[in-house]
Amino acid sequence: MAVIRDVMPAFDLLQPSSAAEAQQLLEQNAAEAWVMAGGLDSFDWLKDRIKKPKVLVDLSGVDELRGIRVNEAGVEIGAMTTLTEIANHSEIKGNYGVLADAVSVVASPQIRNQGTLGGNVSQDVRCWYYRGGWPCYRAGGNVCYADTPVGRNREHAIFGANRCVAVHPSDSVPALIALDAKFVVQTAKGERVVDAEDYFVGPEDDITKINMLQPGDLLTAIRIPNNWAGAKFYFEKVRDRNVWDFPLMNVASAIKLDASGNIQRIRLAVNAVSPRPMRLKAVEDAVGGRPANAETGEMAGKMAVQGAVPLQFNGYKIPLMRNLVKRAIAQSPRQAASRLAGSTGGQEAA
Amino acid sequence: MSFLQWATSPWGQSVPIHVVWGLIWIAVIAGVFFIIVHSLYLIVVRPPKRFAERKAEAAAVGVPERVPRHTLAARLFHWVMAASMIALLVTAFLPKVGIRFDWVWYHWIAGLLLTASVLFHIVHATFFLDFWSIWPDKTDLIDARNRVLRFFGKDAPLPRKFAKYPLENKLYHGAVMIAGLAVIATGLFMMKRVETGILVRNPYLFSDMTWGLMYVLHGLAGVGFIALTIMHIYMGVRPEKLPITKSMIFGWMSRDFYLEEHDTGRWAVDGPPKTKQGLAASDGD
Repeated sequence: MAVIRDVMPAFDLLQPSSAAEAQQLLEQNAAEAWVMAGGLDSFDWLKDRIKKPKVLVDLSGVDELRGIRVNEAGVEIGAMTTLTEIANHSEIKGNYGVLADAVSVVASPQIRNQGTLGGNVSQDVRCWYYRGGWPCYRAGGNVCYADTPVGRNREHAIFGANRCVAVHPSDSVPALIALDAKFVVQTAKGERVVDAEDYFVGPEDDITKINMLQPGDLLTAIRIPNNWAGAKFYFEKVRDRNVWDFPLMNVASAIKLDASGNIQRIRLAVNAVSPRPMRLKAVEDAVGGRPANAETGEMAGKMAVQGAVPLQFNGYKIPLMRNLVKRAIAQSPRQAASRLAGSTGGQEAA
Repeated sequence: MSFLQWATSPWGQSVPIHVVWGLIWIAVIAGVFFIIVHSLYLIVVRPPKRFAERKAEAAAVGVPERVPRHTLAARLFHWVMAASMIALLVTAFLPKVGIRFDWVWYHWIAGLLLTASVLFHIVHATFFLDFWSIWPDKTDLIDARNRVLRFFGKDAPLPRKFAKYPLENKLYHGAVMIAGLAVIATGLFMMKRVETGILVRNPYLFSDMTWGLMYVLHGLAGVGFIALTIMHIYMGVRPEKLPITKSMIFGWMSRDFYLEEHDTGRWAVDGPPKTKQGLAASDGD
């Protein structure tokens, strides 16, 4: 059981000053090491004494992992760049607004000032059974406490459950998937660049992990190509408390229209519905060539929820997802300025 | 070093959750160790094949050129079981050593196949074959004792030739039976914990401690099968055992091999089998 303690377990604090040094330290300490970016997820684990790493590698002193660099190919965002910096950056707001929208509704202003993009995409799931230190599948045990007739699973998965039913909690990830972002990972063998959706690992492949990082790997940057710059974007987050909460669900889309107003290209992603963020490729293919209107959105919404399997207490997520997908397509061209403030919770969207 | 992984349940009880996966490598090492020791034994000691002659050998004139050993049904059972067992081992342990894939679905499907094949085998062996031919009998034990005594240079009678199955084969069958029944029984219950579409999930069927012990038993039997499988494949490809392996494919062995290795009195073959005497309960092993 999780019990808040006054002090964290003892560990060796390592504070590298360069990405190369950080990667080397991670490689040396491998599975014993814990990577800390903004510390918002890390301190929960450490203060609850659920995770007890022997070594903590603090990245706060690695300046080269910070900053937003605009280049001919698009934008490169250092993994240690804060969410506030991203939300306020003119290039991001101007050409990649879906990401600015997404990071500006992460948690609270204080958390956005401290939280980093790398940390936000790499944070662990929020299932309270897992976070409470119970020996569930994700913690290496042999049961899911949330997926039982009486388990509290209102926030859990309707897709992709495989023993574990926790969902990925990030707000920035669907926006990054919509923008076709690439994640840059420094490994012992060199740099590896993966598509945003491939960075994440589902429980079917590895139930104790949430992303593809192996011991010794370090996420250094996220690159956003410019081929979606200036597209029609949509982001919406539904949560219980609008001032500060994890998503019950969120959706992000990037649409390019042809001259006649039909969808020429689209990328669409949702999160908090599955253990890994979901890109809705089948829906993207289905709506191509159609007008970005309510009728297409309706069709897309129905298609998006095909195959959903609700748990005891999260059936509301099916109509919620259907409507969010519908709005992500139908409202995208309008870029409604008030859309972020408009959602107050699952009931309204549902 | 503990061979169990322990955790604290939500009620504060310390419960086992599964075996330590390092046992996988211990099982692999045990299998390889068996291969090395057995090979060295055959190379260095060169045990002579010395069987007691029996007057019944005279009856060999009635033995057909191809001695029927395994029925088609028995052979099909063996290979279905082997395929399901390999699938179970691959899907269970590759993810544990770092090769990631969606294994659960394949694992329980293979488990159901194994269960069905073993149920068939039990019925087939009990009612249609010579059930007792795979169980060690008094002769086996006496001969085993004599072999051990002779190995250490003591004076002991020559052992008789084998019945349909040598004692080692019978013991192996016993080990596989115990481990197999353990993984099947525990595996069927464990299906209540995952989403299969066949059973309604009910993780509260047992207490955490009972579940934990079930996972431990499943894991122990599973890693045991790693060693057992290595040994079985090794024995199956040994040159002197190839006639037996071939008989599991084609269903028969040669008269020469039969007369050389088997006691025509303990395993009587007189032309095409007219009774179940010629076919044994372990057909398929």
